[in-house]
Amino acid sequence: MTNAKATAAIVGPGNIGTDLMFKLMRRSEIIEPRYMVGVDPASDGLARAKRCGLETSAEGVDWLLARGELPDIVFECTSAKAHAANAPRYAEAGILAVDLTPAAVGPYLCPPVNLSFNLDASNVNMITCGGQATVPIVHAVSSVVPVPYAEIVASVSSRSAGPGTRANIDEFTETTASAVEAVGGATVGKAIIILNPVEPPLMMRNSVFCAIPAEAGEAGPLQDQILESVHAMVRTVQEYVPGYHLRAEPQFDPARGTWRDQARIFVPIEVKGRGDYLPDYAGNLDIITAAAARVGDLMTAHRLGVETSWKSSADLGELEPDEAAVVATHQKAGV
Amino acid sequence: MGDMIIRPEDAPLVTTEVTETDVRAYTPVAGPADLRITDSTLRDGSHAMSHQFTEEQVRGVVAALDRAGVQVIEVSHGDGLGGSSFNYGFSKVDEFDLIAAAVDEAEQAKIAILMLPGLGTLGHLRRAHGVGASVARIATHCTEADVSVQHFAEARALGMETVGFLMLSHSTTPPFLAQQARIMADAGAQCVYVVDSAGALVLSDAQERIQAVLDEVGRDDVQVGFHGHQNLSLGVANSVLAFQAGARQIDGALCALGAGAGNSPTEVLAATFERMGIRTGVDLGDVLSAAEEVVRPFIPRLPWMDRASITQGYAGVYSSFLLHAERAAERYGVPAHAILQKVGEYGYVGGQEDMIIDIALQLSQEQELGDLAAAGVR
Repeated sequence: MTNAKATAAIVGPGNIGTDLMFKLMRRSEIIEPRYMVGVDPASDGLARAKRCGLETSAEGVDWLLARGELPDIVFECTSAKAHAANAPRYAEAGILAVDLTPAAVGPYLCPPVNLSFNLDASNVNMITCGGQATVPIVHAVSSVVPVPYAEIVASVSSRSAGPGTRANIDEFTETTASAVEAVGGATVGKAIIILNPVEPPLMMRNSVFCAIPAEAGEAGPLQDQILESVHAMVRTVQEYVPGYHLRAEPQFDPARGTWRDQARIFVPIEVKGRGDYLPDYAGNLDIITAAAARVGDLMTAHRLGVETSWKSSADLGELEPDEAAVVATHQKAGV
Repeated sequence: MGDMIIRPEDAPLVTTEVTETDVRAYTPVAGPADLRITDSTLRDGSHAMSHQFTEEQVRGVVAALDRAGVQVIEVSHGDGLGGSSFNYGFSKVDEFDLIAAAVDEAEQAKIAILMLPGLGTLGHLRRAHGVGASVARIATHCTEADVSVQHFAEARALGMETVGFLMLSHSTTPPFLAQQARIMADAGAQCVYVVDSAGALVLSDAQERIQAVLDEVGRDDVQVGFHGHQNLSLGVANSVLAFQAGARQIDGALCALGAGAGNSPTEVLAATFERMGIRTGVDLGDVLSAAEEVVRPFIPRLPWMDRASITQGYAGVYSSFLLHAERAAERYGVPAHAILQKVGEYGYVGGQEDMIIDIALQLSQEQELGDLAAAGVR
């Protein structure tokens, strides 16, 4: 962290905020997480952040904005409602906001698809976990053939779906569907989320279905082009989410009358978590924190005019003892 | 006020002939009943019809059920509002048009909808209410009731009657199920159903769950219901046991038209309860003719207990996976019952139809490897 050139605040010390803190500490060369902000003095997340050397407070964003040295970047890990209220204040203070809630104050952002167009934004939205897992695939297909309709099904383990997601599950389906359209490039998008309580917990699974022209449903050069595009996209996502992979080869189904004479491609994806803080099965949380950290890193680098290299898993070495202890306890207890 | 004296001249004079229609019009259709039957032919039956219901079929079924005195008729895509999709199958006719037609056709019956949060949204719920649906049945997997809180609140705000649906109830314990029922009751459910989505509850298993849920929510005047499937042929028997344990809402479908081996047939429920002296308010003759003359003629394939659907009951697999498994079986050349057996082993829940393709691919790979091994390749 000695090379860090920008400081970050994480607002919301829950599972997502904590995982993000570990990712930045361990993986970013240019961002130093400095503040962790919550509203509950008894929060485990605040205590953990303090042990990891961050300045912490349970007095919310008021405390953060009263600091003598403001952070360069804030990661919002609270709720859509909280971010809607905080966003103008961050903007006024000139702090770049990376929003991990479904508030969508800023543009939807999926790093391998549209980061380069949004490098100068002051507020970006990370869609949803399901969106980060599926939008790249929809985009990979729609960049080869028109996709009049795309549908994604995200299955996550019950343990990895927190109270925020549960209390407002429509936000997930609506935000994801709208990003499948706006960023994925489908004319109409639909999103479905399933919580599965089975033990041991299942890895995060995502199914992407795209309606494609009849010609692409048959073996041939067009189909090969789509396959190539999907595989290339998977490799790109793997650069920042190593546990992201195809569960099987994409499946093509020929055109049907009940599909308005369109053919279909089905892409099954599994996301194994990185285990930075959350257990492996929580790939859904891992993919959104990984994407957020990646976006923060690249946007910061752009602002500073420097190069950044994201540390791959191989470079990480051993965990610090304190980190290792909390990760182990946490994984044992479940999310 | 003293006792009223009725004089002969007070009696109304009948001046015109009374027709059957007049009698029907002045007869309370649902007489005193000991339980209420909700017919799900037009929702659960949507699975068995691969979601291809036409408006004409819907109107015919609603008119016949309405005439028979069935008080609640459920109309939706099989997977609930918003279910029309690649994953579950596209509807032939927009479900909101079908709901509107049902509302138009029903004279006394209330029209219910089903929705699964995570798939259906508050927007869908408002639309259904807008076209006249008056009962909101909100379903979650039996351990995930807290995703429905928002939807119950909205249904109540819209003035709809509310029913909670705890799906795949066999897969958790009675005490845990009761806790989940509590979440739904607190969120605004006026009735909570023990839903045997896999047709896997065997007699006392069903009764214990009804009892546990009733012990938890009954004191708040929240009713308990039971939704059965025939995969192990116990839909009707479980419904009787559920009634005896205190359930007051029971689901059925004409000709058992529903997912898997079908639902408890409404006409058999009516006959059985009548035989036991339990009043359902449903006219047996009318409901028998609804099944025989209205529904039977348009069913492409009667739901039946065959190897695949019995496997569903035995392995605890969500009933609507049946036709999806059969299609995948055909496409990938592996047996449907083997797919369903795996679905049970992996513990997939309602809505995870996409995993069927995954399993079929896996099985077909194993099969190829097996063939190679048999051919002496090592």
